[in-house]
Amino acid sequence: MSAAVRENPADKYLRKERMPSIWCPGCGIGTTVNCFTRALDASGYDLEKVAVVSGIGCTGRVAGYLKLDSFHTTHGRAIPFATGLKLARPDLKVVVYSGDGDLSAIGGNHLIHAARRNADLLVVCVNNLTYGMTGGQVTPTTPQPAIASTTPYGAFEQSFNLPHLVASCGGVYVARWTAYHVRQIAKSMGEALQKKGFRFIEIIAPCPTLYLRRNKLGEGLDEMKFYQEKSVVMNGADTREVSLDFRDEIPVGKFVDIERPTLEEAMESQLSKALGAKYVPYSLPVKA
Amino acid sequence: MTTATAPAANKDAPKKEKKFRGVVTVNREHCKGCGFCVEFCPLECLDLEADYNAKGYHPPFLSQPEKCNGCDTCGLYCPDFAIYGYREKLDGSAA
Amino acid sequence: MSNANSSGVLTGSHYLDGDHACSEGAIAAGCRFAAGYPITPSTEVVERIAARFPRVGGRFLQFEDELGASIALLGGAWGGAKAMTVTSGPGFSLMMEHIGYAAITETPCVYINVQRAGPSTGLPTQPAQGDMMQARFGSHGDYRLIALCPNSPQECFDLTVEAFNLAEEFRVPVLVMLDEVVGHMTEKVVIPPAGEIPVSPRRWTKKAPGEFKLFEPAEGSLVPEMTMPGEGHQIHVTGLTHDERGYPNMTIAAHEKMQRRLFDKIVLNADRIVKWEEKDLAGAEVVVVSYGITSRVAEKAIQAAKEKGVKVGSFRLITAWPFPEKQILEMSTKVKAFVVPELNLGQMSLEIERVVGGRCKTVGVPHVGGTVHKPEVILNAILEAVR
Repeated sequence: MSAAVRENPADKYLRKERMPSIWCPGCGIGTTVNCFTRALDASGYDLEKVAVVSGIGCTGRVAGYLKLDSFHTTHGRAIPFATGLKLARPDLKVVVYSGDGDLSAIGGNHLIHAARRNADLLVVCVNNLTYGMTGGQVTPTTPQPAIASTTPYGAFEQSFNLPHLVASCGGVYVARWTAYHVRQIAKSMGEALQKKGFRFIEIIAPCPTLYLRRNKLGEGLDEMKFYQEKSVVMNGADTREVSLDFRDEIPVGKFVDIERPTLEEAMESQLSKALGAKYVPYSLPVKA
Repeated sequence: MTTATAPAANKDAPKKEKKFRGVVTVNREHCKGCGFCVEFCPLECLDLEADYNAKGYHPPFLSQPEKCNGCDTCGLYCPDFAIYGYREKLDGSAA
Repeated sequence: MSNANSSGVLTGSHYLDGDHACSEGAIAAGCRFAAGYPITPSTEVVERIAARFPRVGGRFLQFEDELGASIALLGGAWGGAKAMTVTSGPGFSLMMEHIGYAAITETPCVYINVQRAGPSTGLPTQPAQGDMMQARFGSHGDYRLIALCPNSPQECFDLTVEAFNLAEEFRVPVLVMLDEVVGHMTEKVVIPPAGEIPVSPRRWTKKAPGEFKLFEPAEGSLVPEMTMPGEGHQIHVTGLTHDERGYPNMTIAAHEKMQRRLFDKIVLNADRIVKWEEKDLAGAEVVVVSYGITSRVAEKAIQAAKEKGVKVGSFRLITAWPFPEKQILEMSTKVKAFVVPELNLGQMSLEIERVVGGRCKTVGVPHVGGTVHKPEVILNAILEAVR
């Protein structure tokens, strides 16, 4: 090892005193966080102006590990908290980082409405196809007929195709990668950070302890190799075509990248049109 | 990004005379032995130690330092922020 | 304390209902962020906010449900704004989790609840006071907060201002507990000049990043100071049990330390918080304890009892929680009985019974809600109590 040892480029974005994380060996969440730190690094943003909001669950712990202003909220409610934060603080870049169960089950209503109103948020959804923190229960993204602790005989419901859900509700940037696609994730996060409006990046990631073990699919590394083998890049694909089936091909890529007015822009424009000179625009809170 | 192959190996991986060498730093005690870095190293220059760290995992080490070009793919893959790579100029300063 | 920003304050005499008076109180208190979801009989509060905020530099958004509204205001509050939401009935139940989240994260914020008769959908357009214990203990786990009970549109204005001030002073969610009658009753409301409305600013820390701990009580206080994102503090806020930095700490010791302080900062400061209105307590043999609309119905019964020669006083709860234990206890050694009319089958009367501990009688005057008591019913209870 060299004498002039450099710092890990991720370190300046982490609350190092809280490491190592609670995540299991072979879990993909940390890999996505690593990619996020590289995207932040490349963005050149003033880190004081980036806030991260998480819900509950394994991915919900991301907020607690990032050395940013960070909020670990309640189960499913990261998006409305973040919407409130962003409306009150338009000077901040607000990133929601949470899991598939948190964002698409208990938080599903907020997900679709935030996409509809084009809330100015980047939402990173780590989709490990299960509820990890509570022990591997079925989620809206668990494919048929995967085994979960609450579908011991196999999942029997149609699962969500999250990119299609978000795109059809109006998200302006929609991408999916797997934890194997580290450089693509970092690039996608970088692109999405630069954009305005509701941006959604789904990252399929291994949950070795629960999803993989129950389905006898091996370790996290085996799953990463599976992603390597089964992913098909379909940039620009119609999101109706990118649903996930159990152990089938994984369509990945950037599916949507459009522009439309954000919630804040639409609100301001309508109010100033209707009220004219009587409109008093919101100003940032000041310390009295 | 049009294929699903592994992230491209660094194209300037030198055949000619090397101006820099790759350096890999491992935080042994934060490693959970997932093996992502070893598997996805584009130049296949990492291996897991036979030894254990305090938590009972086998951390990686740079088994073939002459092949490493410091591309930091290991660093991007690591879920535990326990490994990263960089380039060091052969005169001793960091590239 | 400083004073309200004159630009938003509707100084003058107005003919307002209680709901609208709450909205004006919020604006006067400096609230510039509100999230809502419509529900009868509280909807008029957000309707007025929606109309007024764009004219005073405020931001309001109607969310997809009460779950969203009740945490969006916390996002706004952490962003640095004074923030509130409003609800009724089932919406109040849906907001409970976030009242708990606000309590554990010590978020200064205001929840207004215009009570209607329940349980469940109940009588959506009709009054009750059935959420008083829910206001106290409705979120899971144990915590203490502040709840205020206006009995007129004027007080809706005054107590909404007060709620924002207490929220800042104690870093706690404050509930303003109207009932449907007070919410929809229209009366004269006098809004003073901005310079005469005391407003507590947020207690911003002067400590530098690295020195400041978001959950460490300020010196000589039980309440921590505040900061906001974007200031380099890299704050962490979590609903998990946490240490003074805000980092999750799953030990019993950390839980004990955090919980005790959350409890103590309210309970040990009860004297600074509790407000009430008393009449004719000297020499009273019976005291009517009431709140909200019921206090106004009770007035008539008290008058009638006096005409019959009963020495009856009245004690009106302006602060429901923390409960005015000291005051009730002191009276309990002097009177024969407390008479407690309320639009539920016994909630605050239970608390009075507990505090009184048998020193005198506690005579509840229960009512299922949907309308208000007949004064004769309260009168009969008073006459019964002194017999």
